[in-house]
Amino acid sequence: MNVARVLIPPADPPNLDRIIVGLRERFNSAVCIVETGAVGSVSCKDVATLPALCHYLFWDAGCSFGGLIVEERSQNWELRYLFLARGSGWLEVLVTLPLEATSVPTISANVHSADWHEREAEDLFGLQFENHPRLGDFVLHDQTWGESIAPFRKQFEMAKVHVNGQVNPSWRPLLVVQDPGAFAMPVGPVYEGGFGESVHFILETVGEDVLRAVPRLFFNFRGVEKIAEGKDVNNALLLSERFAAKSSFAHSWAFCSAVERICGIGIPPRAQRFRVILSELERLRHHVGAITGICESTALSVSAAQAAIIEENLLRVSCRFTGHRYLFGLNIPGGLRRDFLKSDLDNLLSGVLRAVEELKVLEERLSFTSSFLDRLEEVGIVDPKAARDLNLVGPVGRASGRCHDLRRECPYGGYEDLEFEVPRENEGDGYARLRVLFLEAYQSVRLMRQTINRLEDGPVHGSCRPQLAGAALGWVEAPIGATVHWLRVNDSGLVDRYRIITPSFNNWLGFHVAVEDFAFQDFPIILATFGLSATECDR
Amino acid sequence: MSFWFWHGLRRGIQSTRYPSVMETTPGVSPGRPTFTKFGSSIEAQQAEAECPVGAIVARGKTADVVLGQCIHCQRCHFGARSVMDWRNDYEWAETPSANQLYVPMPPAYRHSLHVIVVDAGDCGACLHEVKQLNNPLYNVHRLGIFFTPTPRAADVLLVVGPISENMRVPLLKTYEAMPTPKRVLAVGVCAINGGIFGRSAMSAGGVASMLPVDLEVPGDPPPPLAVLHGLLAITGRKTPEKGPVVSR
Repeated sequence: MNVARVLIPPADPPNLDRIIVGLRERFNSAVCIVETGAVGSVSCKDVATLPALCHYLFWDAGCSFGGLIVEERSQNWELRYLFLARGSGWLEVLVTLPLEATSVPTISANVHSADWHEREAEDLFGLQFENHPRLGDFVLHDQTWGESIAPFRKQFEMAKVHVNGQVNPSWRPLLVVQDPGAFAMPVGPVYEGGFGESVHFILETVGEDVLRAVPRLFFNFRGVEKIAEGKDVNNALLLSERFAAKSSFAHSWAFCSAVERICGIGIPPRAQRFRVILSELERLRHHVGAITGICESTALSVSAAQAAIIEENLLRVSCRFTGHRYLFGLNIPGGLRRDFLKSDLDNLLSGVLRAVEELKVLEERLSFTSSFLDRLEEVGIVDPKAARDLNLVGPVGRASGRCHDLRRECPYGGYEDLEFEVPRENEGDGYARLRVLFLEAYQSVRLMRQTINRLEDGPVHGSCRPQLAGAALGWVEAPIGATVHWLRVNDSGLVDRYRIITPSFNNWLGFHVAVEDFAFQDFPIILATFGLSATECDR
Repeated sequence: MSFWFWHGLRRGIQSTRYPSVMETTPGVSPGRPTFTKFGSSIEAQQAEAECPVGAIVARGKTADVVLGQCIHCQRCHFGARSVMDWRNDYEWAETPSANQLYVPMPPAYRHSLHVIVVDAGDCGACLHEVKQLNNPLYNVHRLGIFFTPTPRAADVLLVVGPISENMRVPLLKTYEAMPTPKRVLAVGVCAINGGIFGRSAMSAGGVASMLPVDLEVPGDPPPPLAVLHGLLAITGRKTPEKGPVVSR
């Protein structure tokens, strides 16, 4: 299984100002620059130029795609295409359409990672994307929901039951492989020793190798973004930390920083430091969990058991330190709900250091276990070019040569003055992903120790007046990758639109690349090395 | 690779001795608020107002807690104006209602219980806590509890999550495919009443809306030992409380 590996030449880091100048030169008549700063805004007046504009940003200017935010305002549609100019900030391309408009040109022919964003918007808002090859049957499964409803429209009645609880018996999945003897192997949504998150995989094959893999997600779709509408900020915060528990602190941080940006307040330095500590604790625990999953998938029981012990011990350390095993209820807009004592920190540090020692032993033993390595090496390869095309984020992207880490590229929350490395591998196989997980776990501990040493005295929360109206972006590097929360609060202090762009959503799009052309028995291992969360994707 | 063998042996037995001995290691349970006496009725009302899900009910100078509704937001605990008392226990399993008869599985299942877990819109926390039961630190195999991926071999349907619309049919099919006798265990506040997701067009707001629930384990998420308590209660080796439990 030799895949030609092409490394992307390191491009000059794109600079927001230079990109804006470039935009002016090329699309002078179509764009108008609204705002520059940490989140630059460009208004695209001529919708027809949108694909070319996005193509320029993604391919020529070297930005990565952040996501699509669709918002139904009282008079018009607002579509925000987010791009990240590495090292200098976010750029949103704003498209405003009258409410009667039903279609927008697709950009996913140029920016492939926008594909699922557009499919999602079509399902939830009923917006058509011209020339998109495949719309429908995405969030709202065709066998359960009709095509006529658009649940995220403002007039949609959330209290009403819209389905009859029956499965349409004539529904069949779309199968592509047409060779003689081809068949589709369904996996899920209830599977994997009972602990799998609800995902349904359609694996098309003619025998040994998986030729085409389609993950059908959104079994856990609870409409979090819609439920949040009309709630006040403090209640929406509960949703932000409870839709994906494995990275709940990162998501609640992103939510809080969006609120803080709307209110225009900073948070006390001590709270800033604690957010870094807790976020790194979560990353460490998540990565140990992912490593446990990889060991389990290769059926190396002793290592899986040892890794699981480390993980449970970290959960206990988290609980002892914060009062909750999954770090719920700590973030509030304006800081943290509680302060911590010196003795708490000592307990935390000793617990974490013990975990890391055990983790190092585990890593060393794993690297000498050939039966384990055979299952990971050169399996599930995503080469750097595909990773760039698909805009992969997080450890998965970094194992395929991407150096996409918001802590570095768009620093937030005090990461600017901390020393750490962003591990990066170029092989893009399962073993590279495992190595990245181990290295990131060690870096997390390094960050925690540094931050504890730099803690300042003072309060942990300042004042926050959520009655201020406005919209803002919050971003955090969650354990699985970059997450972006976009929030609009109306005049009465209630959430008007809440958009969560999660790293799992981003990376599930690229999952099929890793699975295809590998044998069936590699599938659970590739799934484990990706370490994605279905519920984080589904929201 | 014989070192794995020695590595495992050298670590020795790490499993908890629960249920014969209560587990007291710090961090096994986040605990939950409990009945609290305040100095004044205003403080009690403040505590009630602080709770986003209505789990705290002020009664004069005291505050009761409807334990099945608590979502562990810690708003009555840290930084609160009226701080509730806290209890770090974990034997939380309760029956859905006081008049529902609690019938454990027949005696043949006391030491052999197969459980199928269905994630019906869960955030991953409850699912992960259930998964921890297979962790050597809990090791439920020693108690004869096994997790199975097939409903045909399962005796207990363990449901986590508020039943998202897309999971409704898979859950129903799983239940129907299970042989009798069977029991349904709702784990986590979302599976009990929808939790913060509530009842909407996208989620059914709890298992009880579509299946008969035999036992509930409240918590957001309930720690592994609370889930274990629920499973032991199904086998008849522990007795659940009559729900809905109100700490008063």
